[in-house]
Amino acid sequence: PLFYKGWYHLFYQYNPNAAVWGHIVWGHAVSKDLIHWLHLPLAMAADQWYDKNGVWTGSATILHDGKIVMLYTGSTTEGVQVQNLAYPADHYDPLLVHWVKYPRNPVLVPPPGIGPNDFRDPTTAWLTSEGKWRITIGSKINKTGIALVYDTKDFINYEMLDGLLHAVPGTGMWECVDFFPVSETENNGLETSINGPRVKHVVKASLDDDRHDYYAIGTYNDRNGTWIPDRPNIDVGIGLRYDYGVYYAAKTFYDQNKKRRVLWGWIGESDSEAADVKKGWASVQSIPRTILFDKKTGTHLLQWPVEEIDSLRLKGKEFNQVRIQAGSVVPLDIDSATQLDIIAEFKIDSDALEKATGSSDASFDCATSGGAAERGALGPFGLLVLADERLSEQTPVYFYMTKGSDGNLKTFFCNDQSRSSKASDVDRHIYGSLVPVLRGENLSIRILVDHSIIESFGQGGRAVITSRVYPTKAIYGAAKVFLFNNATELNVTASLKIWQMNSAFIQPYPNL
Amino acid sequence: MKNLIVIIFAFLVCQANAFRPILLLGNQNLVERTCKQTPFYDLCIWSLKSNPESRDASVKKLAQIMVDSLKTKATETLDLIDELLQDGLALDPEMQKALTSCAERYNVIIRGDVPEINEALKTGDYKFAVKGADDAAIEANSCEIEFPTKSPLTDMNKVVHDVSVVAASIVKIIQTKFSF
Repeated sequence: PLFYKGWYHLFYQYNPNAAVWGHIVWGHAVSKDLIHWLHLPLAMAADQWYDKNGVWTGSATILHDGKIVMLYTGSTTEGVQVQNLAYPADHYDPLLVHWVKYPRNPVLVPPPGIGPNDFRDPTTAWLTSEGKWRITIGSKINKTGIALVYDTKDFINYEMLDGLLHAVPGTGMWECVDFFPVSETENNGLETSINGPRVKHVVKASLDDDRHDYYAIGTYNDRNGTWIPDRPNIDVGIGLRYDYGVYYAAKTFYDQNKKRRVLWGWIGESDSEAADVKKGWASVQSIPRTILFDKKTGTHLLQWPVEEIDSLRLKGKEFNQVRIQAGSVVPLDIDSATQLDIIAEFKIDSDALEKATGSSDASFDCATSGGAAERGALGPFGLLVLADERLSEQTPVYFYMTKGSDGNLKTFFCNDQSRSSKASDVDRHIYGSLVPVLRGENLSIRILVDHSIIESFGQGGRAVITSRVYPTKAIYGAAKVFLFNNATELNVTASLKIWQMNSAFIQPYPNL
Repeated sequence: MKNLIVIIFAFLVCQANAFRPILLLGNQNLVERTCKQTPFYDLCIWSLKSNPESRDASVKKLAQIMVDSLKTKATETLDLIDELLQDGLALDPEMQKALTSCAERYNVIIRGDVPEINEALKTGDYKFAVKGADDAAIEANSCEIEFPTKSPLTDMNKVVHDVSVVAASIVKIIQTKFSF
């Protein structure tokens, strides 16, 4: 993704032949506002020996003179992963419709000791203090996930650094590695080459083994091209995730237009591929999210839907101080409930928190719990979205608090798909994670609902969960929203605003 | 001297012969070691050993053999479904509906999942091979529960389901094993 001459560009992995993965080429779409997209012709097809088996992931770098270079992974006719260079055919075309591949590709092949299938997804380049461009490419050695580092002056000739950017044993292949700076103090994004005091660097990897995106915050050493995590116990691949639901192969770009770092993610399907073939499509891109360092915790990143999503809001309705007794469900009277933006805040009785008995059973985990039907003293409570009137189908998005025997409170943010649909071939998992809640903070949730896509943000984006649900009854006019409180010892008060969301009218670029 | 040469020669020949069974044993070990890490050991052993290409195969090749087996079993099942649809059984509208739905699912297994798995194995993007195999198991299962009463496909659905699960397990072994 990139911003160029007034347009945001998204290039994405696309199969023109089927609604399952295969024959991957580059789709292309443009937008003025990251929300209303216009489809353009395919940017790159699999027409060379070095990308015949797949035009895979790549990254753009904007050079000093404003020109763009694109590095991408090709799967060769022999199935070997190599890195190739491409650039716009016409730098004056703001739509960047046509692309040219460097005639002497590939520019990088798997180095000695690296497998032919373990070398892909080159990053956007950043400048070293010596004025060279530096990139990183994910790989693995045995079961250790690694990030290789290369320096280049021209994107054609490269020198591989002796050391690795970083490595974490047991994490397996690192795909879609991303590496970028975040400011510890400012509320804007940083251009990829920025370094200095009060700047931290994030290393992110998509783990092929478990299909989740992990990140860690740490310190970059420009001299030897290495990075170490602030907290090795939550290192890359063993700690925090961008999203605890269906969200993978994410990457960021620096939006120089609005000085923010924007995150893109691939949301796959949770239904059967037969259903995908029947409906004729599969997979969506998430609403782009800004990424910021969470100054309050110092350990997390915050993700939030880009502000331009607000332009889709139609009419809104406010609900103030709605009291939800323990063990109750409160319907929210809004018209349609399939395209929504919900911002909710929950207040809890601090007395109830004090009185609750701590339990030594401190092993709660959203995924292994009984979902929203499992009653605890201090949870679950939250919202039911894409629910029908009789609640025969529902997707709870909620908090669950636990109190340890030491009196310490923990808060979990979960998304329960177990009763989301009567269909037999859909995913029924419960997703979620621990979310830090600081003293004085109310519990807050933002949810974007779009038919089968739910993106939910806990505590201002400190924990995010995306899920795909396929209700058979809670659809169109029959879909409803409820507040619920299934805790046994807690009463909760909620205040929220719910907006109907308009369509983004995504269509082909007219008169191309 | 001649005796020494004969002895040395005999020694060398014996050594060479001694290696052979170990090599065979070594690869049988790979098939057995691989199948032990799948939930359906017997099915895995039977499917792999009945294919002569499993003799000197790498784990990746074993996965490919398993996928071929999946395609064969799925095709046999689809053939049976087509036969049943042309038969008298089709008179029962519920049975017809279930069989038609199963035909759709099996078409997706053969023309969607299997090619997806094969392309993923060829290009080394293993998570899509796992996805394709997992989906084949879901399709077989979903077909089975379409039938409100007795399913005419129970045994075949189970085989397709179990073969898919074994294929997915073998791919996961490739993902996590040492060396390429």
